[in-house]
Amino acid sequence: MAKRIDVSDLNVYYGAFKAVEGVSMTVEPRSVTAFIGPSGCGKSTFLRTLNRMHEVIPGGRVEGKVMLDDQDLYAPSMDPVMVRRTIGMVFQRPNPFPTMSIYDNVAAGLRLNGVRNKKTLDGIVEQSLKGANLWNEVKDRLSKPGAGLSGGQQQRLCIARAIAVQPQVLLMDEPCSALDPISTLAIEDLINELKSDYTIVIVTHNMQQAARVSDRTAFFNLKATGEPGRLIEIDETTKIFNNPNEQSTEDYISGRFG
Amino acid sequence: MSALKTDQRVPEDENMTGDSPTSPPPSNRSGNEALREMSNPHRGRAIKDLIARIAMWVSFFVAMVPLAWILWTVVSKGIHLLLSATWWTGNQRNINSSDVGGGARHAIEGTLMMAGVTALIAVPIGILTAVYLVEYGRGGLARAISFMVDILSGVPSIVAALFIYAVWVTTFGLDRSGFAAALALVLLMIPVIVRSTEEMLKLVPNELREAAYALGVPKWVTIVKIVLRTAFSGIVTGVLLGLARIMGETAPLLILAPYTKNFQHDLFNGNFPTLPMMINQDRGDFALASAAARMWGTALTLILLVLLLNIIGRVIAHFGSVKK
Repeated sequence: MAKRIDVSDLNVYYGAFKAVEGVSMTVEPRSVTAFIGPSGCGKSTFLRTLNRMHEVIPGGRVEGKVMLDDQDLYAPSMDPVMVRRTIGMVFQRPNPFPTMSIYDNVAAGLRLNGVRNKKTLDGIVEQSLKGANLWNEVKDRLSKPGAGLSGGQQQRLCIARAIAVQPQVLLMDEPCSALDPISTLAIEDLINELKSDYTIVIVTHNMQQAARVSDRTAFFNLKATGEPGRLIEIDETTKIFNNPNEQSTEDYISGRFG
Repeated sequence: MSALKTDQRVPEDENMTGDSPTSPPPSNRSGNEALREMSNPHRGRAIKDLIARIAMWVSFFVAMVPLAWILWTVVSKGIHLLLSATWWTGNQRNINSSDVGGGARHAIEGTLMMAGVTALIAVPIGILTAVYLVEYGRGGLARAISFMVDILSGVPSIVAALFIYAVWVTTFGLDRSGFAAALALVLLMIPVIVRSTEEMLKLVPNELREAAYALGVPKWVTIVKIVLRTAFSGIVTGVLLGLARIMGETAPLLILAPYTKNFQHDLFNGNFPTLPMMINQDRGDFALASAAARMWGTALTLILLVLLLNIIGRVIAHFGSVKK
């Protein structure tokens, strides 16, 4: 189910502005890769290029190559909608659809893409909510609005919604930054369980979180405001946190800047 | 520093004396003096607050007076006609201004029909324009359309009516009819719908669009099932405001849809009865008590009709609104 992502020499632009420059990396399947770095260094932007979400913003475009196993995500024949069905995303702020019930939120991705069979939907909704560790909390109120849940539950609902379309890769853009520590712990446990089935990439500002949940960590930085962000290094998480190759990584990790 | 601290505390703790544990009294003044000084700015704010309150209530009552006055006049002079069953079933056929009796059903049906046809044309155009402006429009074309909508919303109703007259009657040589009036009303309704729908679509958080895109949902499905769905109740409210505006519009009817006292359900041929035109008809013989009463009754009927539409819309909006 999980697939490998190979990025080579990727530049990301918003109009004339080059936001990210020269990123090459491999994201391993069935593992968690964390992106860390100071604000504005392009880690979220880069994450969004992995499922072509940056194109939603006017002027967003890339140069370079992103391969999902042997598929070129930026090939002219590739439909961005199909890319996003394969590579799911969870956002910073929980964003359940406010007009929909818990059940409808989880079923949304399938329903909006034409799946109508009630039995299929029931099965996938239950399986996804169980996968997101939310089933026991909501199984008796599936028809209640999704927006009525707590922040942490909403975020797990969003994860359930993302895995309901059965993606190969799950991108998470600071999924815990709007949550309290207990909800954060629940999401981190969930990430640990999900990585046996999915390739997970997570952007985080919380270095302890990166150390706790990820197998590999990528450090992004930028020279100055207005300059494009770059990938400084990517390695095993233990290596990055204990003995990084670059001085700037060590400075950032130890809190000397950023 | 301590002066700053005591100053900040004033609103929450008016009776504070200088010997509070956190801020020792200034050594060269008594506590009372300090208190007096502290309460001065507070008194100033209280006076400003009072003035603002009075201004607010006075404005409120000034605004309410004409509204209450109009309602009272219309209700007190027109209600007795509405209490008879004929008012809701009959028409004005063979009833002269000096006669009492007859009904307004022909005009009620006419106004509803005309508003319905107008909405049928204007609502899809207006909503689709708003969707284009908010979801797709970039650059010159969008700006041009937005500017045109602004101009259209400033067009006086009589100008819209004359424009339709020039096209419908002068250019195409067609007869004046209910449908021609409806076309003029469409011109007046479109900008109201575009602007209100646009505002509602802008209120839909971008996160919801992104959430749908990230699930691999195509853009048009996202707009139909997520964006329009989330903005539904606001859009309904906008449509109702538009309807309320055009139902009372009279100039296009004067020019394009001559009144008839008979039942008439054909929008394309002959005269067409509407409530504003029925009011206008009786206004001509205002000196006659029978005509004056009928005029007030018709006005009240129109007000009630708009009110009823608003209530229906509120109910629809309530059941379709964002769940909390």
